[in-house]
Amino acid sequence: MKGRVLVVDDDLALAEMLSIVLRQEGLDASHVADGSAAVQAFRDYRPDLVLLDVMLPGLDGMEVCRRIRAESGVPIVMLTARTDTVDIVVGLESGADDYVVKPFKPQELIARVRARLRRGDEPEPEKLEIGDLQIDVAGHSVKRDGSALSLTPLEFDLLVALARKPWQVFTREVLLEQVWGYRHAGDTRLVNVHVQRLRSKVEKDPEHPEIVVTVRGVGYKAGPS
Amino acid sequence: MSASTPAERSPTEPSPATRSPGVPVGPWATVDAAVRRTLNRSRRRLAAVTGWVRHRWRRSLQFRVVAVTMVLGTIVLVGVGSYLYQRVANGLAEDRRVTASAEVSLLASTTQQQFDGTDKVLSADALLESARNFVQDAAGTERSRYVVLIRGANNTTQGDILPPIRSGEVDADAIPEELQTRVGENPSVQQMQIVPIKLTGEADPVPAWVIGQQVAVPRAGDYGLYFVYPMTRERDTLALVGRFLLLGAVALMLLLGGIAYVVTRLVVEPVRRAADVAQRFASGDLGERMTAKGEDDLASLATSFNEMAASIQQQIAQMENLSRFQQRFVSDVSHELRTPLTTIRMAGDLIHDSRSDFDPAVARSAELLHNELDRFEALLSDLLEISRFDAGAAVLDVEPTDIRATVARVVESTGALAERKGVQISVEEPDKPCEAEIDSRRVERILRNLLVNGIEHGESRPIVVRVGKDDHAVAVSVRDHGIGLRPGEAAMVFNRFWRADPARARTTGGTGLGLAISLEDARLHNGWLQAWGAPGEGSCFRLTLPRYSGTTLETSPLPLNPVLGDALPMRSAGSGMPARAPGAEAETAILRRVRAAADPVALTQERAAGDGEHPATAAVRGHS
Repeated sequence: MKGRVLVVDDDLALAEMLSIVLRQEGLDASHVADGSAAVQAFRDYRPDLVLLDVMLPGLDGMEVCRRIRAESGVPIVMLTARTDTVDIVVGLESGADDYVVKPFKPQELIARVRARLRRGDEPEPEKLEIGDLQIDVAGHSVKRDGSALSLTPLEFDLLVALARKPWQVFTREVLLEQVWGYRHAGDTRLVNVHVQRLRSKVEKDPEHPEIVVTVRGVGYKAGPS
Repeated sequence: MSASTPAERSPTEPSPATRSPGVPVGPWATVDAAVRRTLNRSRRRLAAVTGWVRHRWRRSLQFRVVAVTMVLGTIVLVGVGSYLYQRVANGLAEDRRVTASAEVSLLASTTQQQFDGTDKVLSADALLESARNFVQDAAGTERSRYVVLIRGANNTTQGDILPPIRSGEVDADAIPEELQTRVGENPSVQQMQIVPIKLTGEADPVPAWVIGQQVAVPRAGDYGLYFVYPMTRERDTLALVGRFLLLGAVALMLLLGGIAYVVTRLVVEPVRRAADVAQRFASGDLGERMTAKGEDDLASLATSFNEMAASIQQQIAQMENLSRFQQRFVSDVSHELRTPLTTIRMAGDLIHDSRSDFDPAVARSAELLHNELDRFEALLSDLLEISRFDAGAAVLDVEPTDIRATVARVVESTGALAERKGVQISVEEPDKPCEAEIDSRRVERILRNLLVNGIEHGESRPIVVRVGKDDHAVAVSVRDHGIGLRPGEAAMVFNRFWRADPARARTTGGTGLGLAISLEDARLHNGWLQAWGAPGEGSCFRLTLPRYSGTTLETSPLPLNPVLGDALPMRSAGSGMPARAPGAEAETAILRRVRAAADPVALTQERAAGDGEHPATAAVRGHS
């Protein structure tokens, strides 16, 4: 199956270049330049991944991200020219799984895209428990007392990574490597933001987490079952 | 020695135990201590009071004016009061003298006539009896005067001698000898004198006029007839007047003090308000203005101040606008450049990847394009980073972190470069965790910068990374043994785009902004980034960070100067701590704003040099 990537960027040259690079990698790419047209293009094209520029005419990238996230858990990678902490955190909080800062190297972008697309390739019949949650890894579902919780694929991966080794404390760097596929140091804020998002979905009281526990000065670990 | 009393002993004297054994030390020591304690306590209290007065005198114009007014007022009132009191006293005495003198003339002549009319052949007893009667007559019945008859001083008559006769409780002893002599010498006129007389029912002697006149007593010769007029009433009147004067003076003093207080308040209060306003203005609140009411001197002061403030505010706003515009421009340009750069970069990489298909010249060009794009990108991102600091948009994201882990990561990530350069990196660190609240992304960036610099300028000699910690701070120093820094250069290494030697070929192609960014990162932590170096000795960069975010550093756990520091204990290395530029402490917010607005670079480069530790040592401390 060819991966389908929707490129949302108002810079035509960059969009074309991105399409060339993606096609070279054997991916299928489609392009939309306007933010307000992006959501409709998403519905029509049904991509496996969205590359989304933050600054867009029409509707800005954060809003587009929020709307896509509202109807799908499809991986979203933000393209941003701004490295300001606030911009990135707002982008991640609006639902993006990962981000790439302009100017990026093609290999870097491809690595990010591949990491997001690769998941789900190795379905193994595996049942995990973390806290009072039951995780069906092959079925991609998380249940508490029989009722399913809705997680994005990335949040699911994060939870599974923690649940597989409940005895281990994961540093943010390790999680970046296992969940996001960063081979070198990445931005640990990715982990922070997504742990917060995950907690808001799986914790009974996100202020006092019991499933994803912070280990001060080190990282995170799964709570006791 | 033993004669000295305990209280006189000097405090520096040796303790009793060490003194000669003959002196009874035991009880004395206790008394000594008690006395000294009491003395010390009262001395301390006195010192506190004088200290307070001196402080107020120095600090408060109002206190000074009121105090001076009261002191001068007291002097004037005491002078005027004494003069008035004296005048009243004299007037009362004089009044009494005039009436008494007239009365005495009359009474004395009556008595003389009575003596003259007595029979010349009376017996001595009869004479005494009549004399007593005459004296009683002269004294009268109203008890306002006492009469005493005393034998004259020059009386040599060999006849009867009368003993002193008195009419009441005042007896002959009360009449001064001197007055008696004068009466004797000058019998024709009254002699008078004020003499204090002891009377029953009066606690103190009462001043009294004593008026003497000579009378001739038949067969007994000349006798002094003395009339004593006690001025009891006058004394009471005078006491009353005195009391009123004193009361009036005190009231007047308080009134004077109060007036001085109110008047100075009228002047001082606006001045104080002006000082407050100026203070707030100086601390950066440029919108601060004085209220200018009326047309008096204070109003004109307020108006002038406000005009000055407005002009300063306008100029600062202008400069801030300019500098904000400049920073904004740098930031916008950098951002706008990013999108096309991304496209170029991708296209360049695509071409670079397929360079084997081209002829050698084009292939080499593709390589050059690729490499220069890397540099261009690094420069752009450093520029952006700096512009973020300049705009004050940099945010610290702290978390308790063991800095040894950060150091290990940085050493690992620079390992490849070090190997290529043939530089050996060794790390000296404590066994215990060195945890501090830091933004590890920024600290990593600082350390990577220091290490890469060290590798680049280290002349392939080993580099030592030291980690240190104490209760308040953690520190990392990076020591290389390369060409080192020339005197004065340590102060310049943190400058933007500064190069040690412009003629030197660049090998790793840094952007020239690395240390400037590191400095900003350190400052964001409230930390220090300092450099030391000497030609041929190599250089040492030390990063010191407070263990708890928001606290201020005072010392660093590591020495900055490794040459000195190796020989000296840690503590004294701290004494060689470079101080901030003289006056930097007192630098007001407004001055900083002016400087920042005038030159955005200046703000980031406050530094001190020439601290005595080494000619080429620079320090930059974070401002809160």
